[in-house]
Amino acid sequence: MPPPDASSDVAISIRNITQRFGDEGAHDAVLALDDVSLDIKRGEFVCLLGPSGCGKSTILNIVGGLFSPTSGTATVAGRPVDGAPHPDQIAFVFQESTLLPWYTVIENFRIALKFRGINKAEWDDRAMVALRAVGMASFARHYPDQLSVGMRQRVNMARGLCVETPILLMDEPFAALDEQTRMVLGEDLSQLLAARQKTIVFVTHSLAEAVFLSDRIFVMTARPGKIKTIIDVNEPHPRSPDFMLEPRFSELRNECYALLRDEIRRTVAAQRDPQPAGT
Amino acid sequence: MDLLSAQSRIIQAGFLLAMGALWYYATASGGVHRLLLPPPGEVWKTFYGLIQTEEFWRSVKVTFWSITQAYFMAASAGILAGYLLTRSKLITDIMEPVLSGLFTVPLTLLLPIFILFFGIGPASKIAYGATYAFFPVALNTIAAFAHVEERWLRAAQSMGASRWSTFRHVLIPSAFPVVITGLRIGFVICFASVLGGETIASAVGIGHNISLSAEQMEPGRLYAWIAFVTITAVALNLLLSAVENRIVKRDRR
Repeated sequence: MPPPDASSDVAISIRNITQRFGDEGAHDAVLALDDVSLDIKRGEFVCLLGPSGCGKSTILNIVGGLFSPTSGTATVAGRPVDGAPHPDQIAFVFQESTLLPWYTVIENFRIALKFRGINKAEWDDRAMVALRAVGMASFARHYPDQLSVGMRQRVNMARGLCVETPILLMDEPFAALDEQTRMVLGEDLSQLLAARQKTIVFVTHSLAEAVFLSDRIFVMTARPGKIKTIIDVNEPHPRSPDFMLEPRFSELRNECYALLRDEIRRTVAAQRDPQPAGT
Repeated sequence: MDLLSAQSRIIQAGFLLAMGALWYYATASGGVHRLLLPPPGEVWKTFYGLIQTEEFWRSVKVTFWSITQAYFMAASAGILAGYLLTRSKLITDIMEPVLSGLFTVPLTLLLPIFILFFGIGPASKIAYGATYAFFPVALNTIAAFAHVEERWLRAAQSMGASRWSTFRHVLIPSAFPVVITGLRIGFVICFASVLGGETIASAVGIGHNISLSAEQMEPGRLYAWIAFVTITAVALNLLLSAVENRIVKRDRR
């Protein structure tokens, strides 16, 4: 493995990260990540694709500084993360809506900007710009529970954008949505990002989502998670839904599936009774 | 007020009227001896006379001041203890079953001990009421603060929220409605404990007057006092529920 790239076009660098949950040797100890290294370039959209439980979200949480890895280092913009969030560099968009139900949409944005230490005078402008970008400006005074799941996740995404960090970490943001809403939001995301030059790490187990959104797809193995292959998707952003109809889209999707199939089998096998030999 | 709640109000009023009619009929027909249950008119007359006496207002003052003090102690100690216990998951896991276990013990059994420690005056009833009401407040506060959704805390952490900001904008609003419910239950228990304590062993207060009237075979006075407590309790409960509903509705949509 070469030394970390010193040039400034690397936004996120992970070196030899191992993550163990529980005490070593304990019967319930889990090795989530095994010696993972990867570099993510500035302005790149990267998907972490893998079977459930392969440690995709763990990578995200380590990069985001929500906890420290058992061993190894993560570097963001040249600074080691060391288990502390860098809210000036990184914004998170989580799977479930993390909007606070006791605040209206606009209040949720204000709180996010306040947490980040943004000047109060900028709060409402920034919030409205981000809300307009996802077409939710007229819902600023609604409470999250008054919105549908899809609308909430749109707002949630906008909140991640309004803090204007160079890096966005998205942990299965569309997992709770139905297929159609998911596709529309994916297109919106591609549009939004083309204009913003952000570095995105996007965790998903949807093959189509990964191919449609990513510049590069990091396909992971079953637990303990490692990077199995990196797939390049050479297609400029913003991507139109027509991209999904091209033969190349299906080829890439099939390639991902072929890579994942064995890993998914292994994951499932680990979760059921041992099979007799020879079957 | 929408149609449904207007309808239910009418039914509730009808229920009260029916109870009153039953009371009237039971006494007017001579089915129930007037020493056990005097007719409503007699109770009303006694009540009207009673509220003109200085003794009545002195007793009311003693009891309500006792309840106020007991409730203040129970509420502040319960919220503080409940919050501090939840700062450690281990301590929460150890202490929550202990507290909820103790709360199932009828603390009325300990009233004689409170009398031994604090005497026959209001102090023993205050201590007893405060102790009893402490439990629901503390238990609800524990439930409120121990179960703040992990995803909200994680989101706040990822946004760089300080400890104080997280407390102010996530922990407090999340816990608030459950704590308020604990405070309401605590009040009901405080009210019942202080009055109950006074009825069993006291030299002053509403409860003392109730047991005294019974012992002296003065059913008019006995029921006048009971009617007063009932009306006060219903009014306070309506008030507390209204406050609770307002707060919970505003905070949890």
